[in-house]
Amino acid sequence: MELRRFTQPSATKPTHTTVSNSEIAKWNILDRPLTRSREELYLSTFSFLFAEAVQYLQTRVQQVSELEEKLNQLGYRVGQRALELLCFREKLNRREIRLVSILGFIRVQLWKFLFKKSADYLKKVTDREDEYYIEEEEPLVNRYISVPKDFGQLNCAAFMAGIIRGALDSAGFTASVSAHYIHREEKSRLAFTVTIFMIRLDESVMNRERKLAG
Amino acid sequence: MSSSRASTWNKLGDAAYAKSEKVSADLVALTYGSFVREIIKDFEEPDQVNKELEKLGYNIGIRLIEDFLAKSGISNCSSFEESAEIISRVAFKMFLGIRATVSNWNSEHNSCSIIFDENPLAEYVELPPEYTHSLFYSNLLCGVIRGALEMVQIIVECEFVKDQLRGDDTNEINIRFKEMLQEQVPWNDEE
Repeated sequence: MELRRFTQPSATKPTHTTVSNSEIAKWNILDRPLTRSREELYLSTFSFLFAEAVQYLQTRVQQVSELEEKLNQLGYRVGQRALELLCFREKLNRREIRLVSILGFIRVQLWKFLFKKSADYLKKVTDREDEYYIEEEEPLVNRYISVPKDFGQLNCAAFMAGIIRGALDSAGFTASVSAHYIHREEKSRLAFTVTIFMIRLDESVMNRERKLAG
Repeated sequence: MSSSRASTWNKLGDAAYAKSEKVSADLVALTYGSFVREIIKDFEEPDQVNKELEKLGYNIGIRLIEDFLAKSGISNCSSFEESAEIISRVAFKMFLGIRATVSNWNSEHNSCSIIFDENPLAEYVELPPEYTHSLFYSNLLCGVIRGALEMVQIIVECEFVKDQLRGDDTNEINIRFKEMLQEQVPWNDEE
């Protein structure tokens, strides 16, 4: 009999009315549900869009370094918003205040949120207190990009470097982030190329970090 | 249009979407937003931005058609009418994960509308007041449709007539048929 307390008579059940998309569209953006997410789209949709963005930016710059700077800016705005969106979506109430935690958060959670996998490695640069890097063998954005020879060391993953910078900055960790190709050799396989995202933290962040470390 | 063909197209769209390798929809929406922001910074005038978005979409469209024909199982778009249905039932589903509907045919059957309630590109977007009545945020799509159809010899003009970001009840792209190009390439190079 106790169970009855938990089951409501059907007559008093709230009736659900379906809300049509056109009604939702009329709501203020802040009233719209944030979790209503169409989780995934075809990879090519992104690849075509990104390739066109690279083409567009390329016509407006003189040098490879400027193009990387523009791609970094493009990613920065994505990173800022992605961090906020991810925290709301996953209901993350904890705010990372320590450097290694936020870097780990970016490597795992943010990466999974945007790229569906964690980044391969997070490493600290030897002898440098304020430099870390995230390593990724095949950055998603470079999947369908081939760089012409006269573009030198251009790495379009500068966009992803921008995302890292945007997310870090929004979390209160000012940093500069850049993407580079690195050639690696391992015994078990042929020489290969990976992308590293070099993260150099601002002096103010390091000062705070020292204080927190006590 | 027979309903059996419509359901075949629906199935092709669903299958193409289901089997494709995926990326986060949020990444697409945020990247598109950031890209539009960049273009607005460069062009400032909303009309110019609309034009530029259409142009960039066209560049995408002429390359995207190949991927579409290779992966969707659609072999040819023989008429304008059929193409409009294929775009809304197969292409929209494959690339945007949504199914659109075709309606508002005019009496000459050379103009129709593609209507869709959800727009993954415009997720999380709110236009500032000065852009609400001038910017077509997703105008890229018009260019994509124009570019892709041009590659299958169909010349059209596209424009947004309704956009939820402007407070409209739905999104509507009008497509006007211009002409059908004659096939120029010989069927067999060796003959």
